[in-house]
Amino acid sequence: MSVLLIAEHNNKELKSFTLNAVTAASQIDSDVHALVIGNNCGDVAKAASELPLVKKVISVEAAHYENFLAENFAPVVIKLADNYSHIVCSANTFGKNLMPRIAAKLDTSQVSDIIKVESADTFVRPIYAGNAFATVKSTDAKKCVTIRPTSFDTCESSGGSAPIETAETAEEFSLTKFVKREEIKSDRPELGTARIVVSGGRGMQSGDNFKLITSIADKLNAAIGASRAAVDAGYISNDHQVGQTGKVVVPDLYIAVGISGAIQHLAGMKESKVIVAINKDGEAPIFSVADYGLEADLFEALPQFLEELNKLNTIQK
Amino acid sequence: MKILVAVKRVIDYNVQIRVKEDGTGVVTDNVKMSTNPPDDNAIEEAVKIKESGKATEVIAVTVGEEKAQETVRKALAVGADRGIHVKAEGVIEPLAVSKILQKIVDKEKPDLVFMGKQAIDDDCNQTGQMLSALLDWPQATFASKIEVKDGKLEVVREIDEGLETIEINTPAIITCDLRLNEPRYASLPNIMKAKKKPIEQMNASDLGVDTALKIQQIKVEEPPKRKAGIKVSSVAELVQKLKNEAKVI
Repeated sequence: MSVLLIAEHNNKELKSFTLNAVTAASQIDSDVHALVIGNNCGDVAKAASELPLVKKVISVEAAHYENFLAENFAPVVIKLADNYSHIVCSANTFGKNLMPRIAAKLDTSQVSDIIKVESADTFVRPIYAGNAFATVKSTDAKKCVTIRPTSFDTCESSGGSAPIETAETAEEFSLTKFVKREEIKSDRPELGTARIVVSGGRGMQSGDNFKLITSIADKLNAAIGASRAAVDAGYISNDHQVGQTGKVVVPDLYIAVGISGAIQHLAGMKESKVIVAINKDGEAPIFSVADYGLEADLFEALPQFLEELNKLNTIQK
Repeated sequence: MKILVAVKRVIDYNVQIRVKEDGTGVVTDNVKMSTNPPDDNAIEEAVKIKESGKATEVIAVTVGEEKAQETVRKALAVGADRGIHVKAEGVIEPLAVSKILQKIVDKEKPDLVFMGKQAIDDDCNQTGQMLSALLDWPQATFASKIEVKDGKLEVVREIDEGLETIEINTPAIITCDLRLNEPRYASLPNIMKAKKKPIEQMNASDLGVDTALKIQQIKVEEPPKRKAGIKVSSVAELVQKLKNEAKVI
């Protein structure tokens, strides 16, 4: 049987994590079909058809799919589910919101946030904020799986030419109405996919002081992250939060500044390739996961850091 | 308006998790347990709505072993009016929990069901969405702000891109983010009073819900350890290491 991959997009472009989810889906079964539900999203269906790992694209368009409400999306997927052994989606807020609504209707126990495909029914997933890895086997006939995108490589994005079919829409769910979305626009790389992330914590002491982080991030072409403490204190908006209930990031370089390293924060960044910690408390738990630890006052260290970076002839982008 | 709040007993968020040597799970003996953190936010929000005069009753419900009752008792100590404890042993998957909660909803007919967005033990993030699917109710997940307006609620949701606002009709399910509010502490007099509040007990099997596991746990292991890092003595040394040793900048 085939795998139905629910594509995440913004009606114009595929979200990059869809490419990671396609890779995971193809490890479950080579017959991957991408489902694009949206409004005026022909470009997205076309982009999905160009992914070489995708064998077929199913496009479902209607005005009530404009804003990705799970209440409207789930019935579309359920109508198509008979033809598939697996339904998969990336485990970010889109997939986390949607997939359980599908799984419950199909009477399936969902497998959330997998980091590895062992076989078509066996997966590895982190539990307890990544402090343990569980290998689990789903015994349901139809499997609903969400995928931690940072644990899978992105798939090739061009060269394919899968057929695009349209499928029936489902009735609109009238009891939930979208009001607005406040997206924070930025020219920086996306936090989830950036090669370098510079994050600040409670030690930054104010939102204004995040400028120190910003200037380093500018220099390194890095995304800006934050601990929950920094977001809760109002220093920076929630879309920057890294951790168990925020974003999970796996950059080549993660620089944690003024972050003590609570278990919940480590869950979101400890798989990074190289970790730097700058903290004046030498006992801070963040040092236990850091490849390079600098015990220093961040208000002295960050300006020096910028100065040293300015001295370098070249910086990798 | 009547609000049902689902709470779960989990290993306390401050406990350093240890994996059992035989790979069957994590160590839970003699480990501090407490209410799943975002479930505290769920209770707090329900109690606040009641205090504002917009709700008449807050019922706390849990599914789990005998000791899970402590979690309901704690909810009663911070303002819930009565409790329900559905007894069940061992692991209960979110799908089974949502079926149990559906039975409770059928009986209690609440206008709103609150719970935390995710349990910090299994990290599944499923139960609220599954319950709303079973009931065909609106779902407002990852809520960081809730405004009650007659028969409707405006909810701000935390999403990857920022914030999303939706309007839902009651009855509805809301799963709560840690940022929704600041949960209160129970005062000693209120803890004493909570001991007199009723907790109705029943067994999951009495409700006719099949709690057999549909997902087998093959093994649980420790994640790969990072190799020990080094301390650098200056910013210049740090930049030099990043450039020449780690080769990441």
